[in-house]
Amino acid sequence: MAETGIGAAVRRREDIRFLRGAGNYTDDMNLTGQAHAYILRSPHAHAKIGSINTGAASHSAGVVAILTAADFEGVGGLPCGWQVNNKDGTPMSEPKHPVLAEGKVRHVGDPVAVVIAETRNQARDAAEKINVNYEILDAALNMNEALGADSPVVHDDVGSNLCFDWELGDKAAVDEAFEGASHVAKLDLINNRLIPNAIEPRAAIGDYDLSSGQYTLHTTSQNPHVIRLLMGAFVLGLPEHKLRVHAPDVGGGFGSKIYHYAEEAIVTLAAGKLNRPVKWTADRNESFLSDAHARDHITHVEMALDENGKFLALRTFTKANMGAYLSTFAPAIPTYLYATLLAGQYTTPLIYCEVKALFTNTVAVDAYRGAGRPEATYVLERIIETAATEMGIDRVEIRRRNFIQPDQFPYQTPVALVYDIGNYEACLDKGLETADYAGYEARKAASKQNGKLRGVGFSCYVEACGIAPSNVVGALGARAGLFEAATVRVNPTGSVSVLTGCHTHGQGHETSFAQVVSDMLGIDFDNVEIVHGDTAKIPFGMGTYGSRSMAVGGPAIVNAIDKIIAKGKKIAAHLLEASETDIEFKDGQFTVAGTDQSKAFGEIALAAYVPHQYPLEELEPGLEETSFYDPKNFTFPSGTYICEVEIDPATGVVSLDRFHATDDFGNIVNPMIVEGQVHGGLTQGIGQALFEGCVYDDQGQLLSGSYQDYTMPRADDVPSYSINTSPTACTHNVLGVKGCGEAGAIGSPAAVINAVVDALSEYGVKHVDMPATPENVWKAIRDAQSS
Amino acid sequence: MYSFKYQKPSTVAEAVQMLNSADDGQVMAGGQTLIPTLKQRLASTDVIVDLGGVAELRDIQRINSVISVGAMVRHADVAGSQIVKDAIPALANLADAIGDPQVRNAGTIGGSIANNDPAADYPAAIVGLNASIHTNERVIAADDFFTGLFETALNDTEIITSVSFQIPERAAYMKFPNPASRYAIVGVFVAKFGDGSVRVAVTGAGPSAFRASEMESALQSSFAAASVENIRVSHADFNADIHASAEYRGHLVTVMAKRAVAKAAA
Repeated sequence: MAETGIGAAVRRREDIRFLRGAGNYTDDMNLTGQAHAYILRSPHAHAKIGSINTGAASHSAGVVAILTAADFEGVGGLPCGWQVNNKDGTPMSEPKHPVLAEGKVRHVGDPVAVVIAETRNQARDAAEKINVNYEILDAALNMNEALGADSPVVHDDVGSNLCFDWELGDKAAVDEAFEGASHVAKLDLINNRLIPNAIEPRAAIGDYDLSSGQYTLHTTSQNPHVIRLLMGAFVLGLPEHKLRVHAPDVGGGFGSKIYHYAEEAIVTLAAGKLNRPVKWTADRNESFLSDAHARDHITHVEMALDENGKFLALRTFTKANMGAYLSTFAPAIPTYLYATLLAGQYTTPLIYCEVKALFTNTVAVDAYRGAGRPEATYVLERIIETAATEMGIDRVEIRRRNFIQPDQFPYQTPVALVYDIGNYEACLDKGLETADYAGYEARKAASKQNGKLRGVGFSCYVEACGIAPSNVVGALGARAGLFEAATVRVNPTGSVSVLTGCHTHGQGHETSFAQVVSDMLGIDFDNVEIVHGDTAKIPFGMGTYGSRSMAVGGPAIVNAIDKIIAKGKKIAAHLLEASETDIEFKDGQFTVAGTDQSKAFGEIALAAYVPHQYPLEELEPGLEETSFYDPKNFTFPSGTYICEVEIDPATGVVSLDRFHATDDFGNIVNPMIVEGQVHGGLTQGIGQALFEGCVYDDQGQLLSGSYQDYTMPRADDVPSYSINTSPTACTHNVLGVKGCGEAGAIGSPAAVINAVVDALSEYGVKHVDMPATPENVWKAIRDAQSS
Repeated sequence: MYSFKYQKPSTVAEAVQMLNSADDGQVMAGGQTLIPTLKQRLASTDVIVDLGGVAELRDIQRINSVISVGAMVRHADVAGSQIVKDAIPALANLADAIGDPQVRNAGTIGGSIANNDPAADYPAAIVGLNASIHTNERVIAADDFFTGLFETALNDTEIITSVSFQIPERAAYMKFPNPASRYAIVGVFVAKFGDGSVRVAVTGAGPSAFRASEMESALQSSFAAASVENIRVSHADFNADIHASAEYRGHLVTVMAKRAVAKAAA
């Protein structure tokens, strides 16, 4: 069992189909009689819609139907799943997000009309014949100007561009601590807007069965039950038993496929109206213009320290871009997933955070790998290195002086969270050792010989994962529970189907979940199947995001298996004519303790389904159990990232020379998958730090709207990573796991920028904004030299 | 993509005939710019004349002091050609760094220079190596060929048949790639010829490839990196985008020129 059990680096079984091109993605599906939808999108950032003339388009070849906002009368707006309140307790502004633009378009790419035709090309041809009369308005684009009296207003019914003005922490106490500080470090930071870029563009197929009145939506979703709930209950008014949502193989999500998007409602509604399947698949250009974007903060941060570099207080003032509409979880990201992480690994006793969330004429912004936590880590780890440098304290040493110590757990931070466990200094020490920090000065000297500037940067992060205890998030404004569900179905011949509410779109659950089951039941790994992604099959679960699957979905599976084993013991006791309390279960055998009397797991399964010799009076036949697991706390993965860069001062090019990650993910089910997750996370974080930047021009046109201009990190942009772990097992879930999906993207941007700033410190450069592109670095050098 | 008629001639003469009989015909070489543009509906045409079947355009040969490259020779073939590598290794290196493997195995030299993308690599080699562009109608000198942003001296139905490059004594190309597209933000081709003349050709920086004459004079006096390191080209008419301002491009011309000279002189 060991080679496929918990802790084994089992190769991902799903890769067999993915690498052979045998995956089944939404766009691979073609239903009989299917028509194709093309979405006509706004070419303007902000405009009134005068009229929409579809006359010529409706006579275009192959056209089946054309839909505009009028066809969605009585249909709800796309709902927001999290309410954040203002400082005064009033709720955030929550303007309607119509499925199709009503009267006004609010960003380039805002859906205006839908053409449904026999082919995709015919739909597009017809869409070009639709004449929309726009009255172009000035656009609100710049967060620093969006609250000004003369700023254009995105939502007229809101009256300003303020979505909410929120705070966390005792401002008066924090301000008082600043008064007495020996040193105050200050920094203005931009957390650059990103575009997610999953390899598979979004797609959706609506289907309607006239005989049963059943709707089916096949879609690229990370959480089909969430989509069923949101679209069924809030948008289209379809009862859940008449709506099936199926998310088959999904080619990457990173958060962008959590949300309920307009296109899903469009194809579902159209399928019912037309009584035929309707398919929509985004082209890459549409992905750039319609997938929820990410990050996009402007922050002023100040840290107060005593003369020994002990952190006294932190205060941050952040403007967070919501885009034109509130996406599903948008308000939670810059608040409860951001400000609550500002303690990081440190004992800072007083923290205040103010967040003003703003509407602008841009694509909606929502969670993306890390979601709030990369922004928090960036703020904290940048201000710490800034303070250390200003005070002349070693950057490693200042962290040691402020770490929460192992004996302080459970640790109540001043920003609401209670960390259960961690050992931050152990991660740091292991990181310094694996990074050969002792040899750094020699490497720096060697770089200098070659005309290059070398810098090293650190980032010691904490993230809150395993989202989340339902009562806690409910109190914070979530409009959903965040438990997870699993059904373990033992089949009569002893194979096992696990129906999980989690969704795998790159995480490898079909392998790692099967390892847990195989390990616990002592059955062959190949006899375990993981089923996900179909509301017609799986129990109501919340899906996959926030590094939650093993930490929340895992215990649900474990609890269901425990119920299976408990029932199996009862059956075994009957068959073996022993007392239930004397039955032990180990390595797939139910044994009467102290004897050689035993029944194999498969025999018990068969007995449960062929209950001829079975205690039918006391026990139901069958062997299938379901568990809904609500986590007791967040999990708190942590780690130390050490990055070394080399900069060519003549061009500003930053080369990432070394990257050493030491993570505490708690227990690990499959170390190979975990390492792969860290590789991906690091590369996305490095992408944010050095390459990726969403750029709008002053008219609200997306300049970085294709791969010609949006720089995705590539294999030759990153070094061979050094990935290490220094675990402390999570104390409040049965597997002791914490989650690993987002860590890389959370911890790495700060490490990279800290290294860049360190390399440039000899010029007096104090900060470089992300992405640290060659021109940005070159300008930083030039500006420092000329000042 | 809008619909169009597809034609595949087997000779240049046939191709010209097809173009003449089309309303708005479009020659396709490797299709690396044309096809994406058509797919995005940024361009349309009634007839595509695909030169892929014209065998006479695929040769690479050395003829005395020039290397002749057929218009339909793919970048990967230039990069891998022993004839090119022996005579002008800088040209092979340039071709080997265009785009990605897929582009290099489909894109052609004729297609690249006829398109005259301001950020393409080949124009720097054409100008830097004082190449002659042979068409079905005439021979055009490098200095007369690139006339502006995506503009060349070619007539509507004129088809490039080959390019002949002067073999230099030494040459090198240094490119500063756009981090997203990997096109040249700035590319500088430096060549020193047997008669002592020097050419410095810049691509990516301006609307079209151009010669940096002040650098050429300095290098004619002394072919060393130090000769150009303090020469600043005017960036007044340079391109600017989200990756590089005109000023930064101007700076990079000097840096890339210096590095190209150092590489050529090594």
